[in-house]
Amino acid sequence: MNFPILSSLILLPTIGALFLFFTKDKEGNNLTAKYVALFTTVVNFLISIYLWISFDQSTSSFQFIEDRTWIEGFINYKVGVDGISILFIILTTFITPLCIISVNNSVKNRLRDFLIAILIMESFMIGVFCALDLVVFYLFFEAGLIPMFLIIGIWGGSRRVYSAFKFFLYTLLGSVLMLVAIISIYWITGTTDVVQLYEIGIDIKYQNLLWLAFFSSFAVKTPMWPVHTWLPDAHVEAPTAGSVLLAAILLKMAGYGFIRFSLGLFPIASEVFTPLIYTLSVIAIIFTSLIALMQEDMKKLIAYSSVAHMGFVTLGIFTLQQQGIEGSIIQMISHGLVSAALFLTVGVVYDRMHSRLISTYGGLVSVIPKYSILFMLFALASLGLPGTSGFIGEFLILMGAFKDNFLVAVIASIGVILGAAYMLWLYKRVVFGKLINEDLKKILDLNRSEYFILSCLAAPILFFGFYPDPLINTIEVSVTDLINMHNTNIASK
Amino acid sequence: MENLNLVLPEIFISLSIMFLLVLGVFKKDGSKITFNLSLFAILITTTITINETFLITRETLFNESVVIDSMSSLMKIITLVGGFLVLIISSSYLKTFKIYNIEYPILILSSILGMMVMISSNDLIVFYMGLELQSLALYVLATYNRDQLKSSEAGLKYFVLSALSSGLLLYGCSLIYGFSGSTNFDIISNQLNSDEYVLTFGIVFILVGLAFKISAVPFHMWAPDVYEGSPTTVTLFFTMVPKIAALTVFIRFLYVPFLNLIDQWQMIIVFLSIASMIFGAVAAIGQTNIKRLIAYSSISHIGYTLAGLATASNEGIQSSIIYISIYVVMNLALFSCLLMLRRKDQYYEDIDDLSGLSKNHPLLSLCLLVILFSLAGIPPLAGFFAKFYVFKAVLEQSMYFLAIVGLLSTVVAAFYYLRIIKIIYFDKEKDEYDTDHSLWLKFSLTFSTILILLYFLFPSQLIEVVSKINII
Repeated sequence: MNFPILSSLILLPTIGALFLFFTKDKEGNNLTAKYVALFTTVVNFLISIYLWISFDQSTSSFQFIEDRTWIEGFINYKVGVDGISILFIILTTFITPLCIISVNNSVKNRLRDFLIAILIMESFMIGVFCALDLVVFYLFFEAGLIPMFLIIGIWGGSRRVYSAFKFFLYTLLGSVLMLVAIISIYWITGTTDVVQLYEIGIDIKYQNLLWLAFFSSFAVKTPMWPVHTWLPDAHVEAPTAGSVLLAAILLKMAGYGFIRFSLGLFPIASEVFTPLIYTLSVIAIIFTSLIALMQEDMKKLIAYSSVAHMGFVTLGIFTLQQQGIEGSIIQMISHGLVSAALFLTVGVVYDRMHSRLISTYGGLVSVIPKYSILFMLFALASLGLPGTSGFIGEFLILMGAFKDNFLVAVIASIGVILGAAYMLWLYKRVVFGKLINEDLKKILDLNRSEYFILSCLAAPILFFGFYPDPLINTIEVSVTDLINMHNTNIASK
Repeated sequence: MENLNLVLPEIFISLSIMFLLVLGVFKKDGSKITFNLSLFAILITTTITINETFLITRETLFNESVVIDSMSSLMKIITLVGGFLVLIISSSYLKTFKIYNIEYPILILSSILGMMVMISSNDLIVFYMGLELQSLALYVLATYNRDQLKSSEAGLKYFVLSALSSGLLLYGCSLIYGFSGSTNFDIISNQLNSDEYVLTFGIVFILVGLAFKISAVPFHMWAPDVYEGSPTTVTLFFTMVPKIAALTVFIRFLYVPFLNLIDQWQMIIVFLSIASMIFGAVAAIGQTNIKRLIAYSSISHIGYTLAGLATASNEGIQSSIIYISIYVVMNLALFSCLLMLRRKDQYYEDIDDLSGLSKNHPLLSLCLLVILFSLAGIPPLAGFFAKFYVFKAVLEQSMYFLAIVGLLSTVVAAFYYLRIIKIIYFDKEKDEYDTDHSLWLKFSLTFSTILILLYFLFPSQLIEVVSKINII
């Protein structure tokens, strides 16, 4: 057996958290704790990069598999990665250290506890993306609720209690049905091992109900219209680092779940329910874009834009076309980077002015030019300007959609325009215009750590915008095989 | 000659009770020594139980009126360990209220003896004898803090209602005896068949009586008042130990004498289960007293345990036993926390007293956090696995409705557990509590919390022990 690289990826943050637990909690600037957390996550990032380098792109089978008996004769602890999941793992390990650097200003009290929560969260998130057993997946998927609940509830804004409860209960409600489905799958097929399930397949007569049960969980987590309402609340109230984790990674769990489980396990049901997904996605794209236009609160606006972007993702996944699914994955990665960056940029001005309202700002470009330039880059990436990673994803998704359903694709394209509208309007109101608010004149430009974080995010956004090949090469074989498997399943119906 | 070694635990514990009574009467200030000796007696009884009976698959004694099988030995061990832990963390609480007397350990020992008899019973009369022995001891325990109005009220209430349920139970037993002509479970099982409709009355009466003992809805009314009024350590005892015994008897009744009548009782159990899960979850939301809240939460937990029993399969029984074992550990941890909320000889029991606990007592709050999330059934904590096994067994029998209702009520239940966590972590802090707790209290809290937290690393061991239990 080789070195258990995936388990160490999962465990390392928890070990870091344990270490932090035994350090002393100092009031104020707790540098030791921060360095420990940063060190852990950076090491984790390097391991994941090593994972990517040694990853074999020419095959779609799972790699770095670890398979251990966990509950005798029932569940194995099985983890592994393929081209689809590896990118999400890297996204997670990439975003988390940036979150930890960013906590400087936003988290005032109990910094050590906050870092522990983030580290444990990272463990669970990586676990979700490598789990190859349904029960193990569910375990990680649900366990993530605990740290996130605390992050929102303890360090959040004024309505944090309401938001934390809403987040927790919505997600839990969606997930319990998935648990029923998972156990039912065990009794129908005799295993919860995803790889085996791919081979065995699940009887057609159960697929629809099982698909719906999984859907109930993923739809809440994505979030899809009409169960998206927890997201704006959670985003707005969470501290910046929490919003970043939520937007960049937590939402991707559902998209990943759709690809890995809904498509992989229930091909026929996926075909059956495609119209449902299309409808909900299109509504999400148009409706939430319109809502985003009307927001007064910057964080809320970005939250609604997340819902719209995830609408594109679900749309792309269920086109069941090579381009659509690849586009969805790239869109998820790109949205992970862009939304993280946008929340951080909002966080920057929020730390200085303690207001998230758009009307507080205006004319920032004349006082903080560096900030304005980076903000522009991220706004443009969010609306999908060619040359940024946002474009690649949206373009591929729409291409897939046009192949599959012309009408849906046309409506979704309108969403792209609306996306440009709310993003540019936001940018205009915050950055351009007259500098009316006197307090803004004293505002400071990005400090070194903020500059560093935002550049770290800007680099891959631009790089993959011009040169998406590394991403596409990684996922291509896996997606092709997924679609082939899907098509053979449909054909043999 | 019967093999008396098999009932050696019961014999030993009876002798120790008598000895301790005599000792307590003749020795002045004998509370401390009685306490220690009772702990010792429980330890020895546990050892004897493990040595003599743990490996036995099934043997009967005294004209088949007592049965020793893997279920009875496991449940006895859990009972004994539970009783031991309750006793060991009680002393400082009792001292505070100046009720640190010799009767307390002796009453606990007698109720344990009663439960052990119940657990091993294979005969209506033996069963009833054990039941009454434990009940009488419990009535006195409930009123143990007799200077407090609430405690007396709790004891009286418990006595009246419990006596009523015992009456129902006896009536049911007499009906069953009338139909089968025997009090022995095995013979009853052969004699009964489902054609006789009046028999249903007998079953219903017995089930009602038993449901009362485990406080399943709609026979739960006594639980919140009794739990609130009794001294906290006694409440801890109530929530853990008698439930184990009652559950064992429940299993025994359903799957030995009434095995052939599954059609008649399955619906009843499903109803009790669903009603308990939903009612327990909904009613707990409005509570302000922690002990009342625990009462309602224990009602809903009993609902999940019953869900396992409703499946009429060995897996279901095993999952129920796993559930109750994990529940015992969680309860122990929760009450250890509750016993730590003390400020200058006064114990605090309101949920609001927990407000902002995390500021002054980060470790205690962290333990509570783990315990509450576990009670809510969030992975990867032990409480999740407990529910998981139950629903696995339920879904094996394709009882989808039960599973979905059960899981949805966990969401409702999650709300009130989250509310406590919110009060601990998100609200403004109050004054500090005392931190000079007894070593045993700290130990039991640490130990049980670690068990809850790390259960997911070794989930197979418990299953292995429980998988020996094959009733059907």
